[in-house]
Amino acid sequence: MKLWRDEFSIEAAHERYVARRQFGKFLVLTSFGMFVGNLWILVKSYLRKDEVFPRTLVARASDVAKGGVKLFTYPGPHDPCILFHTHSDRYVAYSQKCTHLSCAVIPAADGKRIECPCHHGFFSIDDGRVLQGPPPRPLPRILLEQRGDELWAFGVDLGNNPATDSGVRG
Amino acid sequence: MFGRQFFVDPSRCIGCEACVNACAECDNHRGESMIHLDFIDRRQTTATVPFVCMHCDDPTCAQVCPADAIKKTDDGIVQSSLKPRCIACSNCVLACPFGIPKVMVRQEQMMKCDMCYDRTSVGKKPMCATVCPSQALAYVSLEDITKGRREKPTNVFYFGKQKVTTKVYMMVPEALDAVSVDVVDYMWEEKA
Repeated sequence: MKLWRDEFSIEAAHERYVARRQFGKFLVLTSFGMFVGNLWILVKSYLRKDEVFPRTLVARASDVAKGGVKLFTYPGPHDPCILFHTHSDRYVAYSQKCTHLSCAVIPAADGKRIECPCHHGFFSIDDGRVLQGPPPRPLPRILLEQRGDELWAFGVDLGNNPATDSGVRG
Repeated sequence: MFGRQFFVDPSRCIGCEACVNACAECDNHRGESMIHLDFIDRRQTTATVPFVCMHCDDPTCAQVCPADAIKKTDDGIVQSSLKPRCIACSNCVLACPFGIPKVMVRQEQMMKCDMCYDRTSVGKKPMCATVCPSQALAYVSLEDITKGRREKPTNVFYFGKQKVTTKVYMMVPEALDAVSVDVVDYMWEEKA
C-alpha cells in the first residue's frame, strides 16, 4: 500500500487525530529546540576566531590587460574568484559566486559593473556593492597586495564593514 | 449488521417512488432523496430500478477523493462526505461506477446513501427498505432472501476490468455469478 494511502486511510477507524495535548507538546518541544539552537549559534558566534587566510600568488599584473579579467581560486580550490584590471587602472578581485544564488558573475559590457547573468544582478566593480537586482549582499572582496609585478591575495572581506578601503594595498 | 443485509432486486421494482420519498423525509437531508430511481429505457419500457449506495469494499469514490473526505466505517458503510473536508469537486460523482454520490450544490458538499446509518447502526431497517411495497429494496438476512426468492444474490460486479465487491447485494438471475458491465462496449454506438 502506498504511504500516502496509509496516512490518509479510507477506513474511519484508521484515521489518526492529533489531540490538543499532543499538539501542545509538539509546540513546546519545537520551541525549546529552536531556543537551544539559537543559544548554540550565539555561543558559536562569541567563540569564533578570525579566519586565517593563506597568502597566495594570484597573477602577474602584466598578464592582465586593462579591462581584462583573470579567474582564480581563493582561499580554497573550490572558491572561484575573478580578478579585474579596471579601466581606472586598479586591480580588484571578488568572489565569483553571486550572493543571490551563487551564479558565476562576469564583467558587464560597459566595463564599470559586474553582472550576474542569471537574474540580472549588478555589482559595482569598485567595491562590489549591489547596484541593482536581487543579490542581498555585496560580493565578498578578495584583498590584494601588489609586490612589484606580482598580485598576492591575503584575505577575504565579506563586505560587512564598508569602511575598509578598496582596491590594492601596497 | 445485526445479521441482516441489504438486497436490491431491480426485477421487483414497480417505480412507485415510495423509497425516494421516504428517503427525502430524513432529517439529515430533508427534501433531498439519496435514492436514484432510474428508468432503464424510458422509450421502450416503464421498468425502473432503484439504486442505493452499494457500499463497496474498496470504495472508488473514497479512492478518488482529493480531500480525504469520504470514510468507510468499521461495519463497511461508506459514509457521506465529511462536511469540513468536502470541497464539492465532484470527483466521486464522476468516478463511482454505480453513479451514486450527489453533490449538493447549495451546501457545497457531496451526500450519498449511507444506508440510514442512524437507523441501521442501532438495528433498524433503512427507511427505503421499510417502505418498499414489493421488497425490491429488502433488508433481511441472507437465509431469508435465498429461501423466498428465485433470484440469487451477488455482490461481485465487473466494470470493464475493474472488479468491485460490495456490501449491498444485487438479486440476479440464477445463471449469473457476477454482474458484468463492459464499459467500452456499453459506450460503443452500434453502426446502423
